[in-house]
Formats: sequence, structure tokens, C-alpha cells
Amino acid sequence: MSATEDAPGPAAGQGRVDSVSRRGFLARTAAASAGLAVSAPVAQSAVAAPPATAAPAIESPGENLIDIALRVNGRTERLRIDPRVTLLDALRDRLHLTGTKKGCDRGQCGACTVHVDGRRVLSCLTLAGSVQGRSVTTIEGLASAGGGGGGGRLHPMQQAFIDQDAFQCGFCTSGQIMSAVAVVAEGNARSDAEIREAMCGNICRCGAYENIVAAIKAARHGKAAG
Amino acid sequence: MRAHDFTIARTVGEALSRSGDGSAYLAGGTTLVDLMKLDVMTPQRVVDINRLPMRGVHRDRRGLHIGALERMSDIAGYPLVKAGYPVIAEALLASASGQLRNMASIGGNLLQRSRCGYFRDTATPCNKREPGTGCSALNGENRMHAILGTSNSCVSTHPSDLAVALVALDAAVQLRDRSGVRTVRLADFYRLPGTTPHLEHDLRPGELVTGVMVPRLDWARRSTYLKIRDRTSYEFALTSAAVAVNLSGRTIRDVRLAVGGVGTRPWRLPAVEDALRNRPLRQDVVEAAAARAVADARPLAHNRFKVSLVQRTIVRAVMSLKG
Repeated sequence: MSATEDAPGPAAGQGRVDSVSRRGFLARTAAASAGLAVSAPVAQSAVAAPPATAAPAIESPGENLIDIALRVNGRTERLRIDPRVTLLDALRDRLHLTGTKKGCDRGQCGACTVHVDGRRVLSCLTLAGSVQGRSVTTIEGLASAGGGGGGGRLHPMQQAFIDQDAFQCGFCTSGQIMSAVAVVAEGNARSDAEIREAMCGNICRCGAYENIVAAIKAARHGKAAG
Repeated sequence: MRAHDFTIARTVGEALSRSGDGSAYLAGGTTLVDLMKLDVMTPQRVVDINRLPMRGVHRDRRGLHIGALERMSDIAGYPLVKAGYPVIAEALLASASGQLRNMASIGGNLLQRSRCGYFRDTATPCNKREPGTGCSALNGENRMHAILGTSNSCVSTHPSDLAVALVALDAAVQLRDRSGVRTVRLADFYRLPGTTPHLEHDLRPGELVTGVMVPRLDWARRSTYLKIRDRTSYEFALTSAAVAVNLSGRTIRDVRLAVGGVGTRPWRLPAVEDALRNRPLRQDVVEAAAARAVADARPLAHNRFKVSLVQRTIVRAVMSLKG
């Protein structure tokens, strides 16, 4: 298995829909055959009274769209979204940046970890509306953001994950790498125990933990392993 | 998630004017967004308060002041906190994960909701979520639930580690609404479930937590937070203890002690403190004092182990502060 073919590196460009990609094919097939998605009816809470300051009652989903602008991997993206859209869903479904994964959608697994203003956060518990005006870095943007130097070279942490065989299925890996880069930047990677503790919010069902720790140790001084 | 109106407040005035029944304030989102996805919390309006000027940490004669919008990770690393009140830093670092600590605010941490599986599942009866429907945990899965402060309406544990440390230190929360500002001692702020478990604290509709004030306590430098759980990390407490000791030689001149993981709210232990004051910091002394912690304990079918575990937690935490 060639390391470069399977590298969890940056997607081509910014992940715009690629006519020959698996994702693009499935998306078009589904759209052609599926009926119109029906939104769940809005249930007015029986317990809560309307706010005292005459906010318009919400009649149906989609009535209260918000326009947001955020910087993602160095580009300004403008979106019109339902307020319920999480940063995770905005990245994946609207911006086609599918490197960030939805593992639990509950803030418990860490697969959705991205950087907002340089700090690692869970995108599944972040409303996209809350990060307007802020700077988001995803796995796709890591190479140019942190020392890969662009031009197809990986961030040293990405390279270390490959060199140390730090993933099996790869689903948690984007989140692991984003978290690991932040852990090193936070200064919390000085010992095995410290690394394990600092990385506790990233779960790996395949159990690649030993090699993840090894990768972080290999990359923590900023140099890619050989 | 239910459809809602989203708005960003740029001033405290804007936030307060958009608040009220059916509204929720959004800071880090680690409680609100989670529970909105589960339909446990269903605000019609979400007011993002992250731009409000409620940050900063400073110390004065009265004590340590922490803005409610400070993030857990930042406070845990603050030199004033680490040196002056290590129990607070340790409680924060024992909580959640790195990502969650970067997102979660101090105010939000104190207001976080129960982790009870029945509360979080709209398919099961829960008096806290829907008053009058019953308590599924009372005779259900209750291993993680409380042994102190419970009622037949609710046995859910308060999940915040930070709150335990702050209650031990007699901290207070600063609140603000349209009628003005007020300060409430945190230990009094949280309510016992009684027959109204849906009322968890003293907050009025639309009221903002603006900050936390920890009274000056020079000997809080000798303090610690011990969290006991099934895993080494990334889990809520089975039992926990926050303790500060004023040690003079081997004698405990004064002590502050509260426990978590066992109470429906952070549980201060004045009876244990009394049994420790002016006594030597010695294993047998502390064990005898710790026994007072569970005098009124009401264990449930699956959490009987907490009765002895919390005592041992207290002993280990206090003994770890020996000079």
C-alpha cells in the first residue's frame, strides 16, 4: 500500500466537487433518484412563552436564515445558512471540505476537531453562526498553515502519522492530527503520559493509540520524520 | 434541532433586551448545542454572548475575579490561579477534553446540565426535563447518580468539577439582568431537587452570569482536586474531593472541603471540616472525620459503593496535602 496514495493529506484544491470522485458520483445518483427531503415540522414549545421583546414567531424552518462570512483555510467563505447548521456541517456539506469527520456529532469522539483562531475545538458542537468573522483551519488546510510549505508537502505531523503507521481505517485520523498539532503548540507533549492525557478527547476505535503517541513524539520538534 | 432565531449580542444591553422565556444564551455551546441536538433544550431564540466584555482575571484585596466568558483552558493555565488556588486549576484540567476546555466558558461550566441518561433521552420519563413525568433513574440505572441531596423526584448528580472547587472556596457568582446586578454565594445558588428538579439554580429568566469571585484565601495555595472515575481521563466523576488546608506543622489550623460526583449539587462538608480543625493531619484522624460525610447518604441500587468511595477520596485528597 503506497503511503502517498493513502495519505490523509490535503484534498485537491479546496475540495470542490470533483466530477470523477466517488463522492460526486454518489451525490448525483442520490439526487436523481431520491424525492424531495421533507423537513420535520416545527413544534412550538408548549412550556416556553414567546420572548417578551416581540421576536417574530418561527413559522417554518428556513425562515430565519443568517448570512455569515468566515475564513476557512485562508479563504473567505460566504454562506446563507439555517442557524442550526454546525461548523462541521458547513465545512462538509456546504464547502465540500470532507476531511473533517462526523464521528458522534455529540462532542464525545473528537473526529470533528478543527482549529478556530488557532485553537482546537469540536466543530460538531460549534454553530457556524458563532464563528463568523473568525479563522478556521481544517485538515485540508494544515499543510499550508503549518510548515508543509504548500506544493504538496505535508505538515510534519501528517508525515509522522504516515511514517509511524498511526492509523488503520483513517476515520478518526483527521481529528487526531488536528488535535495533535494543537497539543504540541500548547506545549503539552513533553512525555508519553502528558500526550495521552492531552489527546484524551480523540477516540480511536481501531486502537492505533500506541502509534499515534509515537507519531506525536516524532513530530513534536517540528521536523518531519525521515 | 428545532428551528430557532440566532442573534449575536454585541453589548450586555443587547443581550438582556433579547432575553427572556424561550431564549437561551450561547457561550461555548458545549452544553447548549449538545442538548439542542437531543431536543432536551428547545429555545426559540439563541443569543450568542461571546462578544460581551465579560472576560479577564484579576486579583484585589477581596479575592480573585474571573470573567464568566473566560475559557476553562485559559483559567487552568493562569499563573494567579495555578499558584494561588491550585484546586481550581486541577478541577478544570480534570474536566472534559482539551477541545472542550478550549470551547467551554466558566459561566457555562457552572450552568451545565445533568449527564443522567434519562434526562438526555426524550423518550424516557424525567422530572427535570418534563416536570411530573417521574424519575426513571430512581429504580433504573443509577450507578452514576447521587447519594446526597436526593429526593424521590430526582437523584441526578451535578456534573461540574469546577463548581465543587468553587463551593469549597466559598466563591460567589455575579449576576446581571435588566433590574441590576447581584452576587450570590455559589453554594446557595444551586438548588436541591426537592419536588422541583427542573429548577436547578437561582437564575432569573434572562439573567446573565457575568463573573465569579473567589474570596481571598492565602492558604488556598495548599489545595487540591482529586477526581475518581472508571477511566484515567475523559469521564465524569464517580466521586471527587476539593480540599484546601491551612497547615501549621502537622496541625490542620483550618480546612475547606467539598465533594462531587455524589451530590445533587456540589456538597460542602462542614461536619468533616469541624472534625479536622486543630487536629493532626494523620490518616486515622482524617478517616474518622470523613465518616461524617455520609451520615445522611441515601444510596441507590447501583451506587452503594459511593458511600465508602467518597470517604476514601476525601482521605486521599487531604493526605496528599501533607507538608
